[in-house]
Amino acid sequence: MPQQGSLRATRMELMQFKARLKTATRGHKLLKDKQDGLIRSFLDLVKKNRELREEVETELVKALKNFLMARAVMSPEVIEESLIYPARSIDIKVTTRNIMSVNVPKITLKEEEKSNGLSYGLATTSAELDDAIKVMGEVLPKLLELAEIEKTCQLLADEIEKTRRRVNALEYVMIPQLKGNIRFINMKLEENERANTARLMKVKEIIAK
Amino acid sequence: MYKIGVMGDTDTVLAFKALGIDTFPVKEDDDPDRMLMDIVKKDYAVIFVTENIAERIDDTIKEFSAKPLPSIILIPNNQGSRGIGITSLKYSVEKAIGTDIIFRKEGETS
Repeated sequence: MPQQGSLRATRMELMQFKARLKTATRGHKLLKDKQDGLIRSFLDLVKKNRELREEVETELVKALKNFLMARAVMSPEVIEESLIYPARSIDIKVTTRNIMSVNVPKITLKEEEKSNGLSYGLATTSAELDDAIKVMGEVLPKLLELAEIEKTCQLLADEIEKTRRRVNALEYVMIPQLKGNIRFINMKLEENERANTARLMKVKEIIAK
Repeated sequence: MYKIGVMGDTDTVLAFKALGIDTFPVKEDDDPDRMLMDIVKKDYAVIFVTENIAERIDDTIKEFSAKPLPSIILIPNNQGSRGIGITSLKYSVEKAIGTDIIFRKEGETS
């Protein structure tokens, strides 16, 4: 609602309000477009995210079960000893990508040493362990992809929420308020105009007498 | 250069150790909240947390969801998935759209 008490009904003010209304309307349109764009890419990503998560979860559970089996047939000490020094070290590279002005991470795997990936000799360990580790290695790239997409979804969700707030603030508060102010000043000016005319007529009458 | 970390129960974490990922086993009387905070301070871009641990530190994890890094991802442990990972996805959808349009549709068709 316009705070009419503090308004000065002048042409200057009116012009200023009109300019602000124009900016607000333009901003509203732009933000609305941004929101639509964000939601569209968000929905695509979420669908992908869900599929990927389901896939990764089943695969990972399978891999972990394999691992459990491998542990069951070997003594804990041997397992510990075999895995204490990993054969490969994994580094990841994170770059950022820009989706509708949201910076989202892009994660790429940087694997050094492409050996068979086993950190132990074959004599004391079981074949199950080899298999389990191999399967885990296959799941890892997918896990990282999931990490990337899930983070992207979270960031987009956050940005959508913020944008929606801005759009709503403009649409339901700023713009109606500005319109109300403009209307008020317009009416006041017209009123002044009429008062002036009336006064002139009166003056003319007095002079004519 | 960033690293990957795994936080979870000892059994699950061991499987990741074989891949050369840094592991942080959580024991019963550890404080997973503080552990996560410590891990985040180092250069970990991706932190996998098993669902049973994530349940205990839900609030801390949500704190990081708005930041670009690290990406904290829930994974099932070796007892199978409990659907908490999907729930967090559902939460983002609700936050963004206001209502859960993606998962509800699935529920109706099945």
